Amino acid sequence: MFRNQYDTDVTTWSPTGRLFQVEYAMEAVKQGSAAIGLRSRSHVVLASVNKAQSELSSHQRKIFKVDDHIGVAIAGLTADGRVLSRYMRSESINHSFTYESPLPVGRLVVRLADKAQVCTQRSWKRPYGVGLLVGGLDESGAHLYYNCPSGNYFEYQAFAIGSRSQAAKTYLERRFESFNESSREDLIKDAILAIRETLQGETLKSSLCTVSVLGVDEPFHFLDQDSIQKVIDTFENVPEEEEDGGEAEAEAAAAEQGGAGDQDVAPMEM
Amino acid sequence: MTFTIPIDNGDSVKTAEADSQRTLYPYVTGTSIVAIKYKDGVLMASDMGGSYGSTLRYKNIERMKAIGKHSLLGASGEISDFQEILRYLDELVLNDNMWDDGNSLGPKEVHNYLTRVMYNRRNKFNPLWNTLVLGGVKNGESYLGMVSMIGVSFEDNHVATGFGNHLARPILRDEWRADLSFEDGVKLLEKCMRVLLYRDRSAINKLQIAKITEEGVTVSQPYSLKTFWEFKAFNNPTAGAEGSW
Repeated sequence: MFRNQYDTDVTTWSPTGRLFQVEYAMEAVKQGSAAIGLRSRSHVVLASVNKAQSELSSHQRKIFKVDDHIGVAIAGLTADGRVLSRYMRSESINHSFTYESPLPVGRLVVRLADKAQVCTQRSWKRPYGVGLLVGGLDESGAHLYYNCPSGNYFEYQAFAIGSRSQAAKTYLERRFESFNESSREDLIKDAILAIRETLQGETLKSSLCTVSVLGVDEPFHFLDQDSIQKVIDTFENVPEEEEDGGEAEAEAAAAEQGGAGDQDVAPMEM
Repeated sequence: MTFTIPIDNGDSVKTAEADSQRTLYPYVTGTSIVAIKYKDGVLMASDMGGSYGSTLRYKNIERMKAIGKHSLLGASGEISDFQEILRYLDELVLNDNMWDDGNSLGPKEVHNYLTRVMYNRRNKFNPLWNTLVLGGVKNGESYLGMVSMIGVSFEDNHVATGFGNHLARPILRDEWRADLSFEDGVKLLEKCMRVLLYRDRSAINKLQIAKITEEGVTVSQPYSLKTFWEFKAFNNPTAGAEGSW
């Protein structure tokens, strides 16, 4: 686990061809609280778990509006995330001013990725310690991207980052094939269900999560607590069960009650 | 021009040599452009003349050029500044194509980019001495706009530059309709261009008509309009006012 010899600065390669500082930065992303993104042909939903330092403080903001047609959810060093969100807002607004037209999200993520790459190749810098789920629209429809501290970016149908994101990813892996055709409501429900997976045991309440939506003809905005609670109420009648096999059971039960739009739920695996 | 405006670029005030590189007045100019939206897109007409002051020096200048896949730019005013603008747009389109990502610059984006360029140059007291007409079609929507050398920019169903504003637009205001067919649109433009030919001394009888539709841009071959000079009033023009010419 400790590779001390070659990890002092980001411009030192290890003999096995790795940049440990970059990998450590990616570890920081895994420590942050979970953030989830999913997209259909026409909408993108970003959701996150609200974590507060203590009961006395307010929770950290993890989802930011970049423009009417682009939003970003972050996990990791939120200060880095805030700075990058500001950069994204700046790029978006500059493009809008010059061209009176929304910046295609694909071009924004490339600029973001190039910015992150610079920090992996300067000895006086450090990589950004934040992973960004960028959701947005352009001419070819809705897109969801994940930007990594390494400077890589990937496009996804659905993705989860942060702590206990694997649980959410497992949930999403079973359902993602149907997302493209999902309705807006089903997409939101799937996002909240995926959030629930990361909570593993805690009761899901609307105060614990933040959900945002954007789509064709729908500018980026947050859902208010009441709307989120309503969605939760449609499936949260089954008492939460414990981890491991319980996860799958609760999911199947919820899917039954989920009703109409829910497509094929994979049969339970023990 | 004896006054000089110091250009402070932060380091130093520019010297007289640099000052002499700012646009002061135009040298080789093109005259009006007239453009209209029609049923399938946009039609634009211009003649092929380049005047050197009062001399009609160049008679084969193409003052309308396709930009990217979706737009057409027409220019009146200083021809060399038009060529400079074409170089800027070349770079813009090139970078847009290099992204290779399914997004492309539409006429609205090009128009706004040009507005920014023209306005910024005007603010530096070094204008590009042109009035530009930008037309195009993207995703079924027609677009037609104009930018002047001081950065005034707007969109309309029919636009004209220079003399065209005074001679062509009144005709267009009366006779333009949204559902003009291609043939009717061309006839309407030719009517405007004929009036300009008669009345604008920098116009020549060699014009091109360009068409932009969803399919793309086509610029016609040059041709000339039929004119009629046998009006009775031309025979003895000073009949009503002895001594004038």
